Amino acid sequence: MAKMTLPFGPQHPVLPEPIHLSLTVEDEIVTQAIPALGYVHRGLEKLVDIRDFNQMVQIVERVCGICSKIHAMCYVQGLEELMKVDVPPRAKYLRVMWSELHRIHSHLLWLGLFADAFGMESLFMQCWRIREKIMDINEATTGARVIVSVNVVGGLRCDVDDTQTRWILSELDEVEREVRRLESTFVNDYTIKKRTCGIGVLSAEKALELGAAGPTLRGSGVAQDMRQLKYAAFDSIDFEPVTALDGDSYSRMKVRYYETLQSIDLVRQAIAKMPDGDIAVKVKGRPEGEILSRVEQPRGELFYYIKGNGTKYLDRVRIRTPTFANIPPLAAMLPGIELADVPIVVLSIDPCISCTER
Amino acid sequence: MAKMTANILRNFFAKRATRLYPIEVRPPFENSRGELYNDIDQCIFCGACALKCPSQCITVDKDQATWFCDPLACVYCGVCVEACPVHCLHQKTTYRPVCVTRETIFQKGVLKEKPKKKAKVVAEG
Ligand code: SF4
Ligand code: SF4
Repeated sequence: MAKMTLPFGPQHPVLPEPIHLSLTVEDEIVTQAIPALGYVHRGLEKLVDIRDFNQMVQIVERVCGICSKIHAMCYVQGLEELMKVDVPPRAKYLRVMWSELHRIHSHLLWLGLFADAFGMESLFMQCWRIREKIMDINEATTGARVIVSVNVVGGLRCDVDDTQTRWILSELDEVEREVRRLESTFVNDYTIKKRTCGIGVLSAEKALELGAAGPTLRGSGVAQDMRQLKYAAFDSIDFEPVTALDGDSYSRMKVRYYETLQSIDLVRQAIAKMPDGDIAVKVKGRPEGEILSRVEQPRGELFYYIKGNGTKYLDRVRIRTPTFANIPPLAAMLPGIELADVPIVVLSIDPCISCTER
Repeated sequence: MAKMTANILRNFFAKRATRLYPIEVRPPFENSRGELYNDIDQCIFCGACALKCPSQCITVDKDQATWFCDPLACVYCGVCVEACPVHCLHQKTTYRPVCVTRETIFQKGVLKEKPKKKAKVVAEG
């Protein structure tokens, strides 16, 4: 059959976010994929001109509707380093706790969406049902389900007490039990393997060369995780990146599945090691100078560049989200696969387009 | 097959995973950040809330003693509640009910005799 160019997206049933891929297909085999972005640009970075650096915390949280806490954490950690603020240790542990809770719910959300993409509706509902427990923890401890708004420059806005930590731990036990019950399905199920094994392969060399990030990179066998930088309280928490070796959609799914379990353990460690004390310090002065801040988001490395000029308005905030790093690898994975597998591969990088375009 | 039967039996006797929503409502958590309201009798119209609000949806007029908030622009972050020096701003634990027209909150209070201002003058003098 002759060559044909097919549009994939910007509106596609497999993902609610607008990314357009121009696919060249030959006999239902994709030969080329050209991504196009720019459908949901919101201009959040530009708001630094009219919002002061404290108000920007609430704005950067809204970059992503899933890992809001981690965006804010990356931003305030950058500012704290710039302004030489020493955050109390308790705040660091709480930041780890909430960021890992965000990772758990983000991965469960993705596992559900992925299950839905290969047609397992019931598995999708199971994942989202389990996720609801994490959302409840978020709401009970911070006051909101997703945009938790706990970070401020200099620490946190709310604390958890002993009754709450006990409740969190008991809820997490249940979450772990239920996630483990899905293990045999996610890891061993024949249908899932058939749909994902060997689809969208990305070799380790290629992943590094194209600058992949997060589970997309670790699914290719590269043990690189920004949590190894030991930001917040990660310096005293045992942590080993989860990897899988094959570099296909199945590996990426496996990495995310096991990271969910790992994050449950990290929350437990953070709670166990959390010292008593203050949760915030008063910040004086204005940010001046420039700084880079990096943290690990559920989708990979998140990167903030912040430039202050000594006034309350910053000069520049540049946000690079992991999906932006994962789009070139995606374009490299697509050629050679069947058209019917494109949704699976696109979803396997866990695209978050709204945060990429900010 | 045996596994499937066990699963079916478990689901058969398990509690419902969903609620019959409008009839059965989950009680809100104690510190949920919901609807914002101003106890206008205590407000001193200092404007701290308007200054701190990240979405800049509050307007305070000191001379007219009015406090205005656009709840559709409010993001319920609670920054204003923390910023208020007299703690007259509060957040309910429930969300605002759905509305069909663009409602705003406009409240008019009375200007207080400010002992604070006098104190300031003394301090300055
Ligand atoms: S809750 Fe936040 S967005 Fe809403 S009025 Fe207060 S400061 Fe502004
Ligand atoms: S901060 Fe409180 S007292 Fe001041 S204007 Fe706002 S609501 Fe009134």
